[in-house]
Order: sequence, then structure tokens, then C-alpha cells
Amino acid sequence: MSTTTVPPHVRLANEVAVQFAHQPFEVAAAAVATHLRDFWEPRMRAALLAHVASGGEGLDPMAVRAAELLRPAA
Amino acid sequence: MTLLKEPDFGTPAREGAATVEVTIDGVAVTVPPGTSVMRAAKEAGLDIPKLCATDSLEAFGSCRLCVVEIDGARGTPASCTTPVAPGMVVRTQTEKLGKLRRGVMELYISDHPLDCLTCSANGDCELQDMAGVTGLREVRYGSGVEAGANHMDLLKDTSNPYFDFDASKCIACSRCVRACDEVQGTLALTIEGRGFDSKVAAGAGVSFMESDCVSCGACVQACPTATLQEKSVVALGMPTRSVVTTCAYCGVGCSFKAELRGDELVRMVPYKDGGANEGHSCVKGRFAFGYASHPDRVMAPMLRESITDPWREVSWDEAIQFTARRLREIQAEHGPGSIGAITSSRTTNEEVYVVQKMVRAVFGNNNVDTCARVCHSPTGYGLKQTFGTSAGTQDFKSVAKADVILVIGANPTDGHPVFASRMKRRLRQGAKLIVIDPRRIDLVRSPHIEAEHHLQLAPGTNVAIVNAIAHVIVTEGLADREFMRERCEGVEEWETFIARPENSPEAVADITGVPAADVRAAARLYATAGNGAIYYGLGVTEHSQGSTTVMGMANLAMATGNIGRDGVGVNPLRGQNNVQGSCDMGSFPHELPGYRHVSDDGARDVYEQLWGVPLLDEPGLRIPNMFDSAIDGSFRALFVQGEDIAQSDPNTTHVHAALAALDLVVVQDLFENETAKFAHVLLPGTSFLEKDGTFTNAERRINRVRPVMAPKTGKQEWEIICEISQAMGYPMHYDSSAQIMDEIAMTTPTFAGVSFAHLDRVGSVQWPCNDAAPEGTPIMHENGFVRGKGRLVETVYVPTQERSTRKFPLILTTGRILSQYNVGAQTRRTANSAWHPEDLLELHPHDAEVRGINDGDMVALSSRVGQTTLRAVVSERMPVGVCYTTFHHPVTGANVITTDNSDWATNCPEYKVTAVQVALSSAQVAVREELAQRPVVTAGD
Ligand code: SF4
Ligand code: SF4
Ligand code: SF4
Ligand code: FES
Repeated sequence: MSTTTVPPHVRLANEVAVQFAHQPFEVAAAAVATHLRDFWEPRMRAALLAHVASGGEGLDPMAVRAAELLRPAA
Repeated sequence: MTLLKEPDFGTPAREGAATVEVTIDGVAVTVPPGTSVMRAAKEAGLDIPKLCATDSLEAFGSCRLCVVEIDGARGTPASCTTPVAPGMVVRTQTEKLGKLRRGVMELYISDHPLDCLTCSANGDCELQDMAGVTGLREVRYGSGVEAGANHMDLLKDTSNPYFDFDASKCIACSRCVRACDEVQGTLALTIEGRGFDSKVAAGAGVSFMESDCVSCGACVQACPTATLQEKSVVALGMPTRSVVTTCAYCGVGCSFKAELRGDELVRMVPYKDGGANEGHSCVKGRFAFGYASHPDRVMAPMLRESITDPWREVSWDEAIQFTARRLREIQAEHGPGSIGAITSSRTTNEEVYVVQKMVRAVFGNNNVDTCARVCHSPTGYGLKQTFGTSAGTQDFKSVAKADVILVIGANPTDGHPVFASRMKRRLRQGAKLIVIDPRRIDLVRSPHIEAEHHLQLAPGTNVAIVNAIAHVIVTEGLADREFMRERCEGVEEWETFIARPENSPEAVADITGVPAADVRAAARLYATAGNGAIYYGLGVTEHSQGSTTVMGMANLAMATGNIGRDGVGVNPLRGQNNVQGSCDMGSFPHELPGYRHVSDDGARDVYEQLWGVPLLDEPGLRIPNMFDSAIDGSFRALFVQGEDIAQSDPNTTHVHAALAALDLVVVQDLFENETAKFAHVLLPGTSFLEKDGTFTNAERRINRVRPVMAPKTGKQEWEIICEISQAMGYPMHYDSSAQIMDEIAMTTPTFAGVSFAHLDRVGSVQWPCNDAAPEGTPIMHENGFVRGKGRLVETVYVPTQERSTRKFPLILTTGRILSQYNVGAQTRRTANSAWHPEDLLELHPHDAEVRGINDGDMVALSSRVGQTTLRAVVSERMPVGVCYTTFHHPVTGANVITTDNSDWATNCPEYKVTAVQVALSSAQVAVREELAQRPVVTAGD
């Protein structure tokens, strides 16, 4: 069951990332970052960044890149 | 207000300019061509006696009471069926006509019980009125029982819980039959027999309750006598005063006259001037208001320290002080972001506005979300991305100009019945219908209506189907390229994307289960049949790709130029009465009122100035995020305004765990609902009969909700919010709800022209309502999109992660039925339960057979998150592999089954796709075994 094994911020970030996967990587990562900035509460973005910092297990590479783009603003 | 009686013009209005001048009893009047003489007379202020005519129905010409004399015409034609002609000279009152009319009345009265004084319709009976108007003084054939053969001993049919049918009083005018056909479109009634023997029947030899009747009340409304009469009028007597207000059930937003006798509500009568419903209603708004005075209602505030303690009734002051103190304590301990609120789509705009104001200005965060999160949040996202604003494009009336109607993921005859009646009328006139739905909903085939195409897709594949339709439109050269070039952006990229082979109907047929030829035919029809209108519901939004489907439909409308005029558009059928309004009022955690992002400095500045506090520029938590954060401990207190999240939100186990983890739950509601089981404070709410404010319906129409009675709890809900805010140290005060609307108008550009006084003057307005559009905006994006150019979005199909497996081989989808409403808190407390006493599981005969399930068996329904038991209905409506249930009853707890998958953009839960298994319940197996062991009893034993 996804909810018990994957933390929500990882699952949700992956779900956003896959929707932009058809676009060039950098363009898509920027779109994902914008989405997370517009709709995610700061503590969720912080949790995502922390997850990336600790290895980013299970996170879509595009979500990892999006998290990096968020870092200066976070 | 005294009892409001709208004028009856006898026949419907005709469209067009008034160009035909006639003279009636010496009065000149000019009316549009096609108008009846009867209507023209009424417009000139002259009443012609009538019985079989009423202006909601086309003229029938059976009673002959409305005869007139016309210069140059032979005989005495019926004025209801005679259209005006230029220069016509008409006389409505002559001795000859008087005699003819008295003759007609004499016949009617001779076959009618003369118990006017004790009749329930005394004072509200057109037969009685006409006897007076025509000057009938004697009945030569005798009357009542002396008159020989008559209908007076016919039995009363009292089977419907809300109205009686007393055939002895029927004058066979056929108004009821025509109302059921023309207004409601159910065609449940017929006139049986001929001549003297003719009588009204609800199907062959069955009672109203056993017939196809859906209890909309249109026939009761149309009946000129006491034959069809509300039971409440029989019991309580004729009402004496009216208050015009708005239904609090679905997003159609019907206007009603609440009719009272003293302070007692006798009946709700649909209001002819209501913009959304124009005099029609459904069983919920018309009859199911009894919950407002149900003994289960919570009447006094209640408190408890722990959710295992019993409730303690307390004063308002104690409840408010406790709430305020605990909220502040929790913030002091766990930070400003540790508390939040959920607003309700059941409450008024004004009530929602003050709750979001409390969160932003007093809590100092943006942790406010609304129950629209779990239904139409993808509409907000999708339409904003494409068109620039989060709302449907049309008024309801627009459907009358549609040539092809595409209904996707909506079941209007159950969910939005009064709008469905409008739609069905247009379909009977010949508009074409395309239905995209896994289930064979009633619209697919019903009396005089048959869908051209029913694309019975696998749940979860909406995006693939919508893309395939767009693919056909683009690759077969059916697109309106001029419209796209002028009005849209991203055209080339989108065309290249959608033309790719993987979006073709052939490529997706395996995924969707819909034959490619059907998709191609439907696409051609939508693109070429004239005005194409899209209507959709939760079957679109409640998916992991809900937002993407909304954008895909916007693409379809833009690609075919079906936007910006009458008869076209993209229209969400909103679930609850005020979903539109609660979203408009800034209940999303990322948006201030009027859909302005919290990071928009200009918008924030307006509120910071007015409210005198700095506002946070970062989005707050959404409902599912609140639950997740409650479980991880960073979110500790929740104020819930009139929503039963413990029952209505998906994956009940997870929600219950989250609620149980909170330090403080405050519930404001009519009843001690499931969520209240987790609450520390229960604040009694007001029913719509007590509220003073506005609701905004699915067509952006702002309707007044006027108090029919004083709040039974002593306080309006917004007053309670103000008092909590004050107790938390922030001065919030309004003298009236009108003042709250004034603040909304002052701060929200799309509402700038709205005030209670303006609404009282014009009835209702559709936003945007401002200097540019003082009377509101029925149709949006006429000369340009709100965002400037319409944006075509590449809507890639990404399958849901929810898949059927060996363990859970079926897909469950959920919905609602006509007589019940959402979690059923209201409707279950009315006689509506006569139609739907329990939630049922519909499944295909094949799926039932392989599991040994018969119709009516109790079955266990399980998914990877939970299990419940309910009764099975074996039905060909379902495709193989898909089953369906409703979530109206807490005992079933259908959301025990649904998962926490959600729309990628908005986290709207994926209610519509859950992999499940169905098996005979162990109780049912036991019953079967017991039956098998019983000795066989043969007839005659
Ligand atoms: S209540 Fe409505 S559906 Fe039923 S018979 Fe009357 S008009 Fe028809
Ligand atoms: S039931 Fe009422 S409306 Fe219907 S035919 Fe009889 S009198 Fe007319
Ligand atoms: S259609 Fe909706 S708004 Fe109208 S009466 Fe029925 S429930 Fe109420
Ligand atoms: S009202 Fe015209 S014929 Fe009955």
C-alpha cells in the first residue's frame, strides 16, 4: 500500500513529475518546481528538500531536479 | 411578505421582438409573433377564464373555458390555442361567451364533490375561482352524488410520501400529464380511457410510488384542483405567507417560495422567476426539507476535554472562549501553522468568507481548504489554466441552443435533476447526445431520448478518450482553425501533440475499451453538428488525472470554436449548492477571494489594508495535507464548518487516524455527524431556512438565501466565527450578512457590483458583476478569454496507479442517486429514504454469476484499504468488470474502500477508480446454508 511505504511528499511529487515527463527535462523540472511553489505548503516543500538531501530514495529524477530549483527560494 | 402568487399568462412566452399589434376588449397590445391571444390579453391586463392552460405548458385546448370572439373569425375559438395575427380585434367578455363558459363550468361542477369549505385546496383552487369568475349559480344536472354517473367514489392514492392523488376531484384537464412530459420529461403519467371515462393514471394499474414517477412535484404544481395536493397542505392547511429563497441541496440552485402558515413551513414551491429553475424543482428541494426541524439537530453548544468523555452542554460564551483559548494555546506550543479550518460548500458565501478571513487574518496562516477539494478542485485548476477563470462558461438556459450535447462523467437526471429536465427538453427537440460514462446512465436511453453514442469507457481513461476525440478533430480537418488562430495560444504545439499516433482512437481502444469507430463517429458529430456543449461532473474530476481531463475538454471546445456564445461551452455540474461560491470566496489554501494567488502582492495588499494585519504569501495545507500533517504531528487543531470529512473523504481509516491525532477538533454542524465523534467542541449550525446570505450555483448565479425563520440556535454561523475571532484577540464585527457581502464586493473585482439590495432588485446575477456588467455575465469569454488568449494544453494520458489485480479484479466507481444527497445527513432524515433506504452495489450479471451472487444478496466489498458489506443489485447498466455504489449511508461507509490516490494537480481524491473484490458476505452464506437445510415446503402444506 503506497501510503504506508512512501512518504506523502515523495508520492505527490512523483505524481506531479510524471505529468510533465513528455517535455524536455529542464523545462519539465521548472514546471514541476513552479507547481510545487504555487500549491505546496512550505513544510511539505521542506520535507521534500530534506528527503532529497538524505538521498532522495524513491523520488523521480525530475522531482529531484525540481527540488533543487526550489532550494534558493525555500 | 404575504402569500406570493406569480401571474399565470396561460401559455409560454415566445421569443423575438414584439411586432404583432392586436386589440383586445378595446386595449391595444403588441406581442411577439406566435403569442397566444390568451397571453396577449394577460399582458394587456385582461384575464380570460381558463382551466387547462397554464404558462409552464404548451396550450392544449381541452376545457373550452377560454373561448373568445374574434372579428372576422367564425365561431368562438379557444384563446389559448389561437395565435395572435396583426390587426386582430378580440372580445373576451360578451353575453354569448358568458353563457358558453357557464355551460362548461356546469358540466365540471356536476362531477365534482362540493366540499369546497373543507377541501385542502380551498382558496387555492382554479375550479373554485372559475366558478366564481364565470358567475355559475346553479347546476342543472344536479351536483355531486345526485348527478348520476360520476367519478366521486374513486380511491385516493396516498402512496407517495409527499403528495396525494384524489381522483374524485380530477377534471381531466391533463395539466399534470403535460407537466410530467414537457417540464420534467419523465412521462410517468397518462390519461387512460376516453370521454367520460378518461382519468389520470401513473402507469398501468400501479400507484404513484410504484410508477416511474420521480416525485419532482411538477404535476402537483400544475394541477388546478386539489386532486394532486401536498400532504403537508392537507395536514397543516393553506399557507398564508411566502419567503423567496434558494434550495440548499445541489449546484443547480433552484429558487423557491417557502410558504408558511404563521411560523410553520408548509411547503416549498418552485419560483417561476428563479433564473436557474424557472419554476421547476426536484424531489429534494421541493419536499425534503423536514431535516431542518428533525429532533436529531444539535441545538446547544457542547464541549468535552477528550473525545472519550461524554458531551457537556454549555453556554455559547463558554464554547467560544474554550475554542479560542485552545486554538491560541496550540499555536503557542506548536507554531502558527499548526491550526487550520475547512469551509463548507453547504453554507453561504458570507459564512465561508468569514471563516477564510479568520484563518488568514486571525490564525495568521493559509491553512484553509474546502470540501470542493474532494469534488471540483480540478475544475478550478483546469479551467483557470486554459480559460483563465475557475467557472463554467454558460448559463443553464444556454442548453436550449445546443445542437450536440456531450455529457461526460455526469449523471444529471440523478445529480442535477432540474438542469437535466432542461437538457432533456432540448434532446426531445432533436439535439444530439453523446454520453461518455462507464455506466449506462438513464440519459443513454429514456422516453423519447436516445444517445447517438454511448462511449462506455473503462474507469480512469477519460484523458485517453478526450484526447482521441481531439485527435480525430485535428487529423480529419474538422477543427475551427480560424478560432484557434485568433483566440488561442500554443496552437501548433498542441496540434502536433494531439495528432501523434498514440492519441488516435485505434491506439487507445485497448486502454479505454471503446471501439475506435465509435470514438471517430462521436468526434465527427461533436465537431460538425453545430453548437457543441460539454457538461461534466465528478466522473471527470474525481480521478488521478481529473485536472488533465478538464483541460482536455477545454481543448475540445477551443479546437472547435465552441466557446463564447449561446449553446456551447464547457460546464461543470457542481455537486453541492455552494461549491462555486465557496471556491469564489477564497477557501483554497493558495487563493484569496476571486481566485487571486496568495503570492499576488496587489491582492494581498487590499486585504492587509482592510484587515490591518500582514498576510502570509505562501500557500497553506490542503485537506489531505492536513491529514498527513496531523499524523506526523505538525498539524494539531482543525475547525470544520459543516462538512462530514470522516464520512465523505476517502480512505476512512486514514482520515480517522488523522482526526484522532488532533489536539482539538471543532465541528460546526446541524447534526452530531461522524466527524463530531472526533470533536471536542460541537457548535450547532443553522439550516438554510434560518440563514441570511447568498449561494452561488454552477452557472455562477448569485442567489439570495432569505431567512424563513430565526436561527433555532440563537446565532447565525458567521456571528459565531466573529466571536471566536474576537476571543482570539482580533476585532471582527459585522452588523449583518449584507455587510459581509459589501466587504466581498469592495475587495473582489468580479463581485464589485453585488449587494443584497442589488440582488433584491434584479433577482440574481451571474458573476462577473461589476461596472462593465452591472446585470452580470450569463456567458463568459465572448470576445476574449479571461486570461487573454485561450491556452491549449498538451494533455498527456498517464494511467492511474490503481489497477485491477488477481486479488482485486473489479473496478469500483461511486456516485449518487436522485433522492439522496451526499453523506445523506439531510435526506436520510426525510421521507426520501422511501426511495433509497440503503446503499446498493450494482454489478454486471456475468460478474455476479461467477461469484454466485443473486440480485438482493448481501455481499462483502473489499479493496486494499478496507472492507464493507452491502446489498447487491445485478444490472446490465454496468460493463463487465466494473461495479458501482453510492455513499449516502454511514452504515455502508463506502469510503472505507476508496484509496488515497488523488488528482496530481489538486489532490482531489480518486473516488471513481478503486480495485475491489466482491464476494457473498458470510452472513449471506449462512442464510443460504440454513435455507438449504430446511425441509422443502410444497404448496398445500
Ligand atoms: S411528480 Fe414529477 S415525475 Fe412524478 S408524476 Fe408528477 S410530474 Fe411526473
Ligand atoms: S390531476 Fe389535476 S392536473 Fe391532472 S388532470 Fe386531474 S385536475 Fe388536471
Ligand atoms: S435540482 Fe438541485 S437545487 Fe434544484 S430543487 Fe433539486 S436539489 Fe434543489
Ligand atoms: S384554457 Fe383554453 S381550452 Fe382550456
